[in-house]
This record gives sequence, C-alpha cells and structure tokens, in this order.
Amino acid sequence: MIHHQNHQEAITNDKTIFGFWVYLMTDLLMFGVLFATYSVLHGNIFNGPSGKEIFDLPFALTETIILLTSSFTAGLAIWALRNNNKNQVLLWFGITFLLGLSFLVLELTEFHKLVLEGDSWRRSAFLSSYFSLVSTHGLHITAGLFWMLISLIKVKSQGITPGLARKLTLLSLFWHFLDIVWIFIFTVVYLMGAI
Amino acid sequence: MEQFILGRLTWSSLPHEWFTLGGTVAFATILIGLTIFLTRVKRWKWLWNEWLTSTDPKKIGIMYIIIAFLMFLRGGLDVVMIWLQQTIGTTSSPGYLGATHGYLSADHFQQIFTAHGDIMVFFVTMGFLFGLINLIVPLQIGARDLAFPFLNSLGFWLYFAGVVLINMFFVLGGEFAAAGWLAVAPLSELQFNPGVGVDYWIWSLQVSGLGTLIGGINFVVTILKMRAPGMSLMRMPMFTWASLMGMILVISIFPILAMTMILLTLDRYLGMHFFTLDNGGNAMMYWNLIWMWGHPEVYVLIIPVFGIYSEIVSTFAQKKIFGYTSLVVAVGAITLLSFSVWLHHFFTMGAGADVNAFFGIMTMWIAIPTGVQIINWLFTMFRGKIIFKSPIYWFFGFVSTFTFGGMAGLLMALPPVDFQVHNSLFLVAHFHTMIVGGALFGIFAGFTYWFPKVFGFKLHERIGKYAFWTWLVGFFLSFVPLYILGMMGAVRRMDTYSPSLGWQQLFTVSLIGACVIMCAVGLQILQLVVSIIQRKQNRDLTGDPWNGRSLEWATASPPPFYNFAVIPQVHSRDAFWEMKNPKGISSSEVAKQKKTSIKYEDIELPKNTPMGIYLSGFIFLFGLAMVWHAWLFAIIGLVGAICCVILRTFDEHTEYVLTAAEVEQIEKKLRAKS
Repeated sequence: MIHHQNHQEAITNDKTIFGFWVYLMTDLLMFGVLFATYSVLHGNIFNGPSGKEIFDLPFALTETIILLTSSFTAGLAIWALRNNNKNQVLLWFGITFLLGLSFLVLELTEFHKLVLEGDSWRRSAFLSSYFSLVSTHGLHITAGLFWMLISLIKVKSQGITPGLARKLTLLSLFWHFLDIVWIFIFTVVYLMGAI
Repeated sequence: MEQFILGRLTWSSLPHEWFTLGGTVAFATILIGLTIFLTRVKRWKWLWNEWLTSTDPKKIGIMYIIIAFLMFLRGGLDVVMIWLQQTIGTTSSPGYLGATHGYLSADHFQQIFTAHGDIMVFFVTMGFLFGLINLIVPLQIGARDLAFPFLNSLGFWLYFAGVVLINMFFVLGGEFAAAGWLAVAPLSELQFNPGVGVDYWIWSLQVSGLGTLIGGINFVVTILKMRAPGMSLMRMPMFTWASLMGMILVISIFPILAMTMILLTLDRYLGMHFFTLDNGGNAMMYWNLIWMWGHPEVYVLIIPVFGIYSEIVSTFAQKKIFGYTSLVVAVGAITLLSFSVWLHHFFTMGAGADVNAFFGIMTMWIAIPTGVQIINWLFTMFRGKIIFKSPIYWFFGFVSTFTFGGMAGLLMALPPVDFQVHNSLFLVAHFHTMIVGGALFGIFAGFTYWFPKVFGFKLHERIGKYAFWTWLVGFFLSFVPLYILGMMGAVRRMDTYSPSLGWQQLFTVSLIGACVIMCAVGLQILQLVVSIIQRKQNRDLTGDPWNGRSLEWATASPPPFYNFAVIPQVHSRDAFWEMKNPKGISSSEVAKQKKTSIKYEDIELPKNTPMGIYLSGFIFLFGLAMVWHAWLFAIIGLVGAICCVILRTFDEHTEYVLTAAEVEQIEKKLRAKS
C-alpha cells in the first residue's frame, strides 16, 4: 500500500514538475515579447529622457545582489526541505521573503522618483516599455512573495507533507526563474542602456 | 462614487438599437426556456453534479463541443447578415432600418464582421478541437484522464467565461469592437476607438486565452507523460501526434497574444505609448506581434484536423497509414515553419523587397510538408479497400477544397501577386477555403467518426451524406464568386460596392451559396435529431463500429468514466489492430487469453469540483468590470479569484479511490450489455 502510494507520489511529482517547467517556458515567452518590444522601442524617447539619463547603475546593482542572494537562500531552503528540516525551511524561506520584499521596495522607490520628476510611463514609448517590462517582473515577484507567505503558513501548521514539498519545489523553481529574468533585465535594460 | 462602482455604464449604454435588442431577446428566450425546462424535469442537481463540476475529460469535451456549436450558430448568423448586406446594399441603393445603404450601417457592419471572425476562430474552431482532444486523446494513449484534471475543468470554464463576455454586449449594451478580428493598432487605440467595443474584444479573448494556454499545457504534459506502457512516441496514433504538435504551438504562441493584448490594454487604460500615433509609439510593432501569434494560430486550427484525416483515411481504406515517419516529420516541420512566415500577412506594409522575399520563400516552403501529408493519405488509399461512409466523404471534400484554396495561398505567397490581392475578397476566399474546407470539414468528419464512441450510437448515415453534398455545393457557390471578385479588385470589409462595377450578380450567387450552406447546417441538425430518436436501432454494442485501429475503439461505447479498467500494454503502432489481429499467435491462444480472469486494481480518480466555476466566475467579473471601468467590481473580481486559488491549494482531498471490486462490477455490467 505504501509502495503504491510512493509510486503514485513519484508519478504526480514527475508530471507536476514537468508541467510547471512548461508553464515557466510560456511565462518566459511573455517576457520575450516585452524584451522584443523594449528593444524596438527603447530609442523612441520622444523628447523625454533616455535610459542613460534615468538609470542609476549602482542602485540597479544593489537590487541585483539582493535578488541573487535571495535565490541562494531559496536554494538553502530547498536543501533543508530535502533533509526534512522544518525549522531551517522556515528560516531560509523567511530570509528569502525579506530579501524579495526589499527588492520590491527598492524598485518602487525608483519608480516613485521617476514619476515625481515627470518621467512616467505616459511620457514616451521608451518609458512605457521600460516600466511595463520591469513592472511585469515586479508583479511576478509580488505573486511569488504571496505564494511564499502562504506556503510558510502551511509549513508552520501542518509540517512538511509530500504535497507541500512538491509545491515548495515549484516555488523555488519560480523564484530562480524570476532571478534569471532579472539578469536579462539588468543586462539589456540597465547595462546596455548605460552605454 | 458612482463612477467607482459602475464606471462608464449608464442607462443610455443599455441595448436600444434593433439589432442589439434582437440578440438580447434571443438570448433571454433561450435562457428562460432552458431554466423552465431544467426546473420541469428536475435536473438542476444532476446538471451540477454530473456535468458542470465534472473533471472527466469526456464530459468536459462534450461541454466544449456544445458551446462551440452554439457559437457556430451565432457566427453563422453574423455571416448571413454580412452576405445579405453586400447583396442588397450598393452605393446607390436605398437604406432601410436606419442605414444609409442596405440595412446595416457601416459601423454596425464592421462590428459584425469583427465578431464573426473572433467567434469562428476562438470559440468555434478552437472550442471544437479542444473538445475533441479531451474526448479522444486520453483514450488513444491508454490513459484515464489528463495530467491535471482540475486545470482541465478550469480551462473549460475560462473558455465559457470568454464566450459570455463576447456576448455580454447584448446584455449591457455599448458596442462591439469594429476594428477587425485582430483589433489592429492604431485603429484599436483610444484615439480612434475610445468606447467599450475594443475592451470587450480584449477581455473576452484574454479570459478565454488563459483557458486555452492552461489547456495547451495540460495536453502537452498528458501526451508526453501519461501514455500507456509500451507506447513510445513513434507508436502513438496520428491524431495524438497532431494534437501534440498543435498544443506545442498553442503553448508557444498564446503568451504572445496575451502580452500583445496587455500592451494594448496598457495603452488604453494607463496612457502608455506602445502602438499610439504619438509619443514614439510604433503601430507596426502591433502588426508584427499579433501576426507572430496569428499565423501559427491558423496552424493550431488545422494540424489536429490533419490528425483526424490520418485516422479516418487509414480506417476507411482498411490499411495502415502510409509513411507514418514522414507524416510525423511533416507535421513537425509544419509546426516549426509556421513561426517563420508571419510577415506574409502584411507584405504591403513597407518592410522592403528583401524582407518580403524571405517571408515569401518561407511561405512557399511550408506548402511542401502539407503536400507530403496529402500524398501520404492518397497512398494510404492506394490498394486499400475503401468503405464509403460519411467520414471519408468529408475527407474527399477536404482534399478537393483545401488543395484549391492552398494553391490560392501559394499564389499570394509571391509578394508581387500579393500586392494586387492583399485585403481583397480573394484573400477572404482563400482563408475561408482553408478554415471551412480544411478545419471545419475535418471537425465534421471527426464528429461523425467518433460520435458512436462518445454517445454509444451511430449517426444517421444517409442524412449525413446529404448534408455533406449540400455543404460542398454551398461552399463552392459561396466562395468561388469571392475568388473572382477579389481578382477583379473587390476590397474586403466593405459594406457597399458601386453597382456600376457590375459585381452584384456575383454577390447574389454568393448569397445563394450561403443559403445552401444554411440548408446544409439544417440537415446536420436534422441528422442529430433523427439519430437521437432512432438511437436504439443504431446502438454500437461492440465499441468498435468502424473496425478501427487505435486504442479508443478498445473500450465500450460510451467508455466507463475511468476509460480502461486495466491499462493496456502496447506493443506496436495501431495498438488496437494488433490486439485484434495478433501476429504469431493462434486464434485458440487468443481465445484463451480472453478467457483468463483479469486482475482488477484500485483506481484513483479526481473528484468533481465547483472551484473551476467559481474561479472563472470571479475572472469573468474582473474582465467585465474592466470593460466598463467599474473599478470596485474589478477589485472584487481580482481578490475573489486570488482567494479561490488560495482556497484550492488548501484542499487536500481532491481524489477518491474506486476499489477493484467496484471496477469489476461496472465491467461485468458493461459486458452484459454487449
């Protein structure tokens, strides 16, 4: 009976994780459209500011380091998960959550500054594509943070079940995926914009 | 405050023109009639428990097909209105019912052809195909269900929400989009279309598009992960291969559509400048993006249909499919190449001769694997013994019309030729030949072929043949005049033409063709009604009415809800044919194998759930509220949807166990019936 249950769990894990990868690829394609749009429109500054004028590279680097670190701590959390260590899972995902939150706060302050000086998404096609690309990433981070919060509540209340372990694995995949997308944003938008 | 709750919905928005009110009354009558009927026969609970909350792909498939059929009638009505207007309305004819010429105003005419296109592509063809794949693919691969049963239910209800959204303007009024079925920018921007029309378009397609994407992921994972033991990829039936390729296309392109519509939404709702005429917007970007989705989309419509034809040809020629490997390679090639041709939809928009040449060549290339498929089907029939039943008739109809329209497409693949016929009725005739002669005939073929499996009795054969011939005649009568008119210079999407051009007779012939098609559809409805009345005489008792070759025919008709009591072991292609005609084993050995008692095991099945309905309901509310800028309801919809998702993740008991004893009982009853 237990053998049968383990077999069923293995099948479920396999197809669920595979399905989640397929979903991540479709999400990547959505980002692809945003990157393509950004590439085409980033020169259309229409008498507004260009990337060079508004991008603060040290600031973006700080955001990048925070997000990369959060990916590392998420990895530690999954390691703890594999070792069935409930407290460490809570600790490392908790740190990941705080780092993700700081990332968001930093990003929002950057946006706030731009809007206050009149360079909002309404100003030009360049700014529209910049704001939508970075905000889409930010919205995904927000969704991930909600997911993390609810998952941690479940870990606290019911401990680590096979189903929850699977879902936390999916969450970590999601988080790493967002990190990779951010690397692209950092490169294409900030680094290339500063040249 | 009122603005926050109701947005721009006012009393004057509500339906008040004769055509809108006609639709309102029609929908209201149908709804009230349905409510009275269900109350009378006391079937509300049954409907909820057996059908609406079901996660069984066979039930979900049937629901898809029913809704698709209803939308087919609506899209068809739109067509008749278009044809009527073009026949009686010329630049010098009188105007009736408030129109300047004919009986439809220009704006109304534009809304109708926009609605027609969106309904037929998204809600009819995609709906039918998703229904068919749900019904047949799990059976063909020897599986019990899709990979993610709850997501299957959710996908259907999101589709249904999209259907309701696109028809909502008959309830709340406003207007429908008048910017063509793809709502091209900059026409669809606020500058030219500030009303709710384009927003209805955006939100109904976003909501159903989400369902499509979810369904696509589900099908891909199912086909790749849940095949019966022994069924390698190269042993799958061709319909399963075709569905896999079609769904790979779906998961690749629907993110593009979703994001493009989001960019348009951002322009319209937040004042951004992606596709506007000012502030650096670039409308060409919209055209590129929307056709990067749009071209592969038409392959999504046709590739599964090619799979249907492969099954039908091989079954009715009583021969295994010729060139299985080349068919798989061809279908894969079409899938890949479909990403490289999108610019042929706008050769005339100034990309230059070099770019046009590239896309023209790629468009010609894609005809080659399609030709390979047709040659394989013809060679399958060569030296076969053809059984002339209505499914194969639809195939013959397809071959004649599709090759005809395909050659028109090859003609337009040449940019210089395309410059003459771009956006003319020649183009309209070409793509309708592809979709009607190709996809729709295939859907009818598949519907007739698999009907006995799904419902347990065959369709009336003779009426089916009459319906086919009527369709074929009506189709050529309707569309050949359009090819001619297009060649003579008739532009598409015009509500009136000058009578001095002398084209009205051809339009009249086309209208007669439309009437013949209406008779054909009437015959199909008649076939359905007569077949249901005569179902006891036409029962399929063996589960294998056509002497089929693939695993779906190895089950009872209709199959039990768990499909297979014991998952079959597959040893070759045409798995069921091998089971019926095993090589190297004597018939006594076969009989002995059948007699040995089957070992039943417990089966885990997904429970029914209403969560798909609730979640889609909230998303529907969100979409509708966004159309009307009713921000309070938008927030309620969004928050409600998120809560539903969270609630669902807390549900630990989504499956139940069917014990081996129960399975044995059901199997005994099924065998007693046959």
